[in-house]
Amino acid sequence: MIEGLIIGILEQGLIYGIMAMGVYITYTILDFPDLSVDGTFPLGIAVCFVMVNHGLSPWLALIAAFAAGCAAGMFTGLFNVKLKIRNLLCGILTMTALYSVNYGIVGKASDFLSMDTTTIFSQTEFLFGNGHMAMYSKLAVILVITLAAKFALDWYMRTKSGFLLRSVGDNEGLVVTLAKNPGTIKIIGLAIANGLVSLAGAVYCQYGRAFNVGSGTGTVVMGLAAVIIGTTVFRKVKFMRITTGVLLGMVVYKACISVALAAGLPAQNTNLMITLLFIATLVINEFVLKKRKAGVSKNA
Amino acid sequence: MCRKMLELSDIHKTFNRGTIDEKVLFSGFNLTIEDGEFVGVIGSNGSGKTTMLNIISGDVAADSGSVILDGVKMNGMKNFKRAKKIGRVFQNPSMGTCPSMTIWENMSIADNKGKTYDLSFGLNRQRKDFYRSQLELLGLGLENRLSAPAGSLSGGQRQALALIMATMIRPDLLLLDEHTAALDPKSSDTVMMLTEKIVREKNITTLMVTHNLRHAVEYGTRAVMMHEGGIIMDVSGEEKKNKSISDYLKVFNEISIECGN
Repeated sequence: MIEGLIIGILEQGLIYGIMAMGVYITYTILDFPDLSVDGTFPLGIAVCFVMVNHGLSPWLALIAAFAAGCAAGMFTGLFNVKLKIRNLLCGILTMTALYSVNYGIVGKASDFLSMDTTTIFSQTEFLFGNGHMAMYSKLAVILVITLAAKFALDWYMRTKSGFLLRSVGDNEGLVVTLAKNPGTIKIIGLAIANGLVSLAGAVYCQYGRAFNVGSGTGTVVMGLAAVIIGTTVFRKVKFMRITTGVLLGMVVYKACISVALAAGLPAQNTNLMITLLFIATLVINEFVLKKRKAGVSKNA
Repeated sequence: MCRKMLELSDIHKTFNRGTIDEKVLFSGFNLTIEDGEFVGVIGSNGSGKTTMLNIISGDVAADSGSVILDGVKMNGMKNFKRAKKIGRVFQNPSMGTCPSMTIWENMSIADNKGKTYDLSFGLNRQRKDFYRSQLELLGLGLENRLSAPAGSLSGGQRQALALIMATMIRPDLLLLDEHTAALDPKSSDTVMMLTEKIVREKNITTLMVTHNLRHAVEYGTRAVMMHEGGIIMDVSGEEKKNKSISDYLKVFNEISIECGN
């Protein structure tokens, strides 16, 4: 029972962790509060749902969902860079438009995958035989995908292109003096971020085997909570990359929710709890920062 | 005759046109800088020094007139495209570096200017020793802190790093926008000496705006004094060498200039 609960937490934490890494790119690196996430997560679900429902390769569906997310992120970036719309509004516009797009892709508001649909999980069901270890097969697949996404992102951040992405959020003016267009880099960053979010949606689609047009609500808040837990609580751990911290942050977050639900919190109250947890992390974050600053001035 | 590096001709610029705050700054401003010149520009607040730099860099568009850099007309060209030929250091020390990136990362990114920022490894390992030797020249101890984030450096250290970064790939024109104004007197002098050294060694045509009259007098090959969108004094060569701070003050005693510090 406990083992099952922990496995469930890890599975969901790692799937949503991919999404949180996308939020990390926009929120922390680009300093762009991107609300498109609430639309690109179900976009990934929708694209993947239709593809596996038609018997296409479930792995191809993951790639297609990533591409679709990239495209959506580019729109958010274009709204901001080319049309000069305020960044918060750009995300809201994309999110709103995607609601219709997602509905259009699947053709109805909610649907389920039939039991005989091939998914990445049905293909790997007996990865560890059919004994007790079989319950770990989903987790293993999710772990591989999440780590692949994490290492790819870590690698990208160390390339020249990744350096530019980091500097555009840090100091846009410097990018200009390097003779590069900061707008283009911002668009690339938003594309990668929403690609990851959409990829997370696609994995979640095959995991939960369902599509619901409203399932994106609250995604960005969840992602932000994980990013803040990851960048504050786990920052002190030496030799740990921030992406690892963000993934762990999401696992911690999912654990809190699961424990609350298991303790009898009515399911309809989870959003309320999400908000309270989010505010708590922000306040603690502020408190920790203040304490740290006070420590510095004492040392000086 | 020397080659002209920068030519500003017949620049007009009015701010807040048609409003009660309308301010005519430039009406027919001209300035020509020859290749290899190091020009110090001084002037009162609102004389148009910084706006002139912004018009050159493309951050502010002139109403009319032309900006010609090394024979190429820059009008209508976006700021980041002009930056291919222009290096710039700003007054605010945090504007010349990326605070969350390390010194090594900052220098690597600056070293790649003019090339493509592709998917190859971002840190430049081959040039690490070169970066270290550049930092050593500063005498600020930065050569042992390559992995420290630039945000952890003091204003003077950051400005010195920014100057090295802006000139790492030799620009045709270097714009210095009161780059010592936010520093304490000692750091200000250190950065100024470094500026002189780099500009002379790399023979970079430089346009330096400063509030510090002493810097404009002591450094550079030419001094220009601006007032209300015009040039009221322009000396170079022997004439400049023979002038002292008091001569400049005499010419310009009616406007407030911070003399030295």
